[in-house]
Amino acid sequence: MNLTLKIWRQSNAKEQGKMVDYKIANVSPDMSFLEMLDVLNNELIEKGDDPVAFDHDCREGICGMCSLFINGEAHGPDRGITTCQLHMRKFKDGDTIYIEPFRAKAFPVIKDLVVDRTAFDKIQHAGGFISVNTSGNTQDANAIPVPKHDADRAFDAATCIGCGACVATCKNSSAMLFVSAKVSQFALLPQGKVEAADRVLNMVAEMDALGFGNCTNTGACEVECPKGISLENIARMNREYLKASLK
Amino acid sequence: MAKSALLKSSLAKKYWMALTGLFLCLFLVGHLAGNLQLIFGDASAFNEYALFMTTNPAVKVLSYVTYISILFHAIDGIVLTIQNKKARPIGYAKNNAAANSSFSSRNMAILGTLLLVFIVTHMANFWAKMHFAEMPLQKVEVKVEGQEPVLIYKTVQQQAIPVNAVEMGQLEVKGTQFFQPGTDLKVADGYKDLHKITVEFFKNEKTGLIATIAYVLAMVVLGFHLSHGFGSAFQSLGVNNPKYRGCIKGLSFIIAYVIPALFAIIPVYIHFFK
Repeated sequence: MNLTLKIWRQSNAKEQGKMVDYKIANVSPDMSFLEMLDVLNNELIEKGDDPVAFDHDCREGICGMCSLFINGEAHGPDRGITTCQLHMRKFKDGDTIYIEPFRAKAFPVIKDLVVDRTAFDKIQHAGGFISVNTSGNTQDANAIPVPKHDADRAFDAATCIGCGACVATCKNSSAMLFVSAKVSQFALLPQGKVEAADRVLNMVAEMDALGFGNCTNTGACEVECPKGISLENIARMNREYLKASLK
Repeated sequence: MAKSALLKSSLAKKYWMALTGLFLCLFLVGHLAGNLQLIFGDASAFNEYALFMTTNPAVKVLSYVTYISILFHAIDGIVLTIQNKKARPIGYAKNNAAANSSFSSRNMAILGTLLLVFIVTHMANFWAKMHFAEMPLQKVEVKVEGQEPVLIYKTVQQQAIPVNAVEMGQLEVKGTQFFQPGTDLKVADGYKDLHKITVEFFKNEKTGLIATIAYVLAMVVLGFHLSHGFGSAFQSLGVNNPKYRGCIKGLSFIIAYVIPALFAIIPVYIHFFK
């Protein structure tokens, strides 16, 4: 396949970036999207150009490190996958592909397609944890009965890998799907109930302070989420927050 | 922190948006019930309803809640929209939003602004006239067998006041009230003829058709706004659960499609068939 790539190039956080066109030839449909970018970078390095910086780590869809807004969608046109799981067979010979970084005020660009997502870590630090006694007499988690239904929903919420596709996709750059998944995975379990009220209040306050937008329930995040995190989590967070604020 | 949480936080703004929005949906149901009398009732029924809506104390309280809801919903919406725009200073070169969200959900602010423009013109055309302007009083034709039909004013006290009695100066009209000439002895209260104003508005030779089309278009905008807004309000208030989803979807269909359609039929009926 021969492709035209339109890629966001920005040399550092302060510099103004722009879209730059690249031609790439002989792309195999069996390549992953990131392998295609690796090939492009090899060519750029051989020519003495600056390679395109992009985030990646495990390349098997579990680490949440890869990002990219491809042809107008977070993690590209396919559903339920991260960018590293996207294959070139999803594109046709002669296609033009737009590759942009995840865009949000709270996710500033570091270089090219790499954005700073430590805002998510800050939200986690604000309450995405449970306080457990680790002095050696910790209670066995299996000793606390959890209804299967709750355990399943908590697990579904916990599959969030914190990639930020929800923020990138949301027209308001809202982080509510991420925050609600983190609130839900604890709120549904007995171990998480102890700190539930403080957790939701503090995590939402941190999310607001970091400059993420407000949810308008477009549902785009749920569609683009590589892990299929449901909007029901946002509704649960809204309930938890209301309950906690009235306390 | 928890104290200000119900006023300032992102989630609180959503709660208020949802509550005011749902109240305005309820208002629409009541408003529609009254308007349908333009099709199914006569002029008297409609004018009696209009008088009730402008004078009943309970309705007055509700009407103030409605005005506040409209203002709050609009202001909250503007604040949210500005914050949301700020959250993404640099946009995408290509954004395929249609792949993951509905047209309505992405354009609530524009749809809402159009509705606000509609509400202001709508209130200027009808509400302001009913409340503040000099209005014609409703006249009814009474037929007695073997005699010429007589035009009388319809009154709250069910008194027959012949129109020519007023013309000949036997009675004096101040606002909506009939008095003995030169005194402050009130004889009866007339009905503001909102029915006539409404029918003439949509049947006007020059502007009636434009008014009818504009009204129908406004109802299309309302339909789009509610098709996202009604269900969205429940999500914001934390009610999204497979248990209730069917019920909310059904109600949403009625609120977003049936109600605006019924509203839109009324001016069309008046313009073309009345």
